[in-house]
Amino acid sequence: MWFEGLLNAIKASLVLKAPGGLRPLMAAALSTMPILSAFGGLFAVVTLLERKMLGRIQNRYGPNRVGPLGIFQPVADGIKMLTKEDIVPKTADHLIHFLAPLVLLVTAMLGLSVIPFGQKLVAVEFEAGIVFFFAVGGAAELAVFMAGWASRNKYALLGSLRAIAQMVSYEIPLILSSVCVLMVTGSLSHTEVVQTQSGGITSWFLFTPWGFLGCILFLISTLAEVNRSPFDIPEAESELIAGHMTEYSGFKYAVFIPAEFVAMLAMCALTATLFLGGYHAPLPVLSIIPGPVWLLSKLMLLVLLFIWIRGTMPRLRSDQLMEFAWKFMLPMSVINLVSTGIWIALDGGLLGWLVTGACNFGAYLGLSRWLADHPNHRKRVYQYADGPINAA
Amino acid sequence: MNTIFLLISLTTIASAIAAMSLRNLVHCVLCLTLTFIGIALTYLQLSSQFIGFAQVMIYVGAVSILIIFALLMTRSGHELTLREWRPMHWVWGTLITLGLLACLGLSITGSSVSGKIASPEKSESVKALGQALMQEYLLPLEAMALLLTVALIGAALVALPASHHAPASKGSNE
Repeated sequence: MWFEGLLNAIKASLVLKAPGGLRPLMAAALSTMPILSAFGGLFAVVTLLERKMLGRIQNRYGPNRVGPLGIFQPVADGIKMLTKEDIVPKTADHLIHFLAPLVLLVTAMLGLSVIPFGQKLVAVEFEAGIVFFFAVGGAAELAVFMAGWASRNKYALLGSLRAIAQMVSYEIPLILSSVCVLMVTGSLSHTEVVQTQSGGITSWFLFTPWGFLGCILFLISTLAEVNRSPFDIPEAESELIAGHMTEYSGFKYAVFIPAEFVAMLAMCALTATLFLGGYHAPLPVLSIIPGPVWLLSKLMLLVLLFIWIRGTMPRLRSDQLMEFAWKFMLPMSVINLVSTGIWIALDGGLLGWLVTGACNFGAYLGLSRWLADHPNHRKRVYQYADGPINAA
Repeated sequence: MNTIFLLISLTTIASAIAAMSLRNLVHCVLCLTLTFIGIALTYLQLSSQFIGFAQVMIYVGAVSILIIFALLMTRSGHELTLREWRPMHWVWGTLITLGLLACLGLSITGSSVSGKIASPEKSESVKALGQALMQEYLLPLEAMALLLTVALIGAALVALPASHHAPASKGSNE
């Protein structure tokens, strides 16, 4: 509490020093600058961490040349990216080609503005904050399309259409699995969601039957939403070069990478807020440590989980990925909604635990068994390559 | 009429005009998306957050993507421009637009909300909306849900491979 109070006091005194007309501007700058700089820095740390950890998983060192233990590698990467020539294809749609990475970065950054980093530490307080988060997340699809279409490249267009199809499909389980949290808290605001989870690790939503399933579904959909492994088929370098980023180089390419990482960090921050108690400490005794530290450590744990998954899971094929979304994720998230309703009706307690736990676990077992027994092993017919015309 | 409202409405109208008059259909869709965003910002100006964000989520995130998919699946790349320009289109378009405008204007001026000024209080607006949807307007909501489900099933039926709903034809394996 003391840390958040201190930050707010500093902000108030700085705003008061500004001349009258500039005060709203000053307040806005003081709220957004820490987020922009902190997540910019975090992006550099995460890229290095990812390369190091992937190296360890693959039994090699990872970057270790620039600076002690390779810690200046992100700086070297940044300089290299920014000094590269910016090539735009001759037939490309120049304006849209230019706008796409910017739209992607702005929408990724906007999502961070509603995340509460501590008590009264939130850049913009919206009553419908979670709807805002998903709304700006949805605009990222448009940016991906703009990038793919404006490049006038078949690989880029195919990659972007794959990415959009995947993002649209996984957005449904993503939103449905967060709805169960909203049902229990009865509010659409991040701040209230976090406040409901105060009082130690036992009141986090992760440790309820519906919250556990919801968190797992949410994390899987997050991986697909930000096009990360094992759902990174839109950027499958073996077949589509780099998906929608194929025709980007230099500075514009350098804008895509932080946009993707910031989107991932924002989704992790939302996961921590919805299911892992946000800025609350796991034990009430530990609340002397400031809230932002807790939120960032939860966020980093989720990022490590994502890197671990990237290092160990093979990539899903495009149709497998779609089938997984519509045949498994969607039914499971709807069942989770029902069991959340039962939980609210039973008012929690041991009976609630038993009933909703049995409901979720039974649904998981039944659905996964049924899907395993009924695999879709039909021969794939390619409409143009070997369709009925050629077969006849 | 403050500056922000003026800016938002100018952007909305300009992008709507561009969406109608640009020749490249993908440009039209992107301008239409800008119009949707402008409408969402107008809702936010009227301090109805939920409707504004829902507008962005549904129209920018889903409807515009749907239009793009429809465009790219029905026309090949070089066909994405409009060339035909018949005067009769103008006449019919103007008539339909005027008719729609008259319908909307009459129904808005005749309804109970006309002349009301949006209340500046924000709190509980989302809750009130949810309660209204779940209690007073439950039946219309369910009817809409049913309609959408029917549309979804219809779309799935249309998308099924031909062999599934064609009368059993000889020689097909499935």
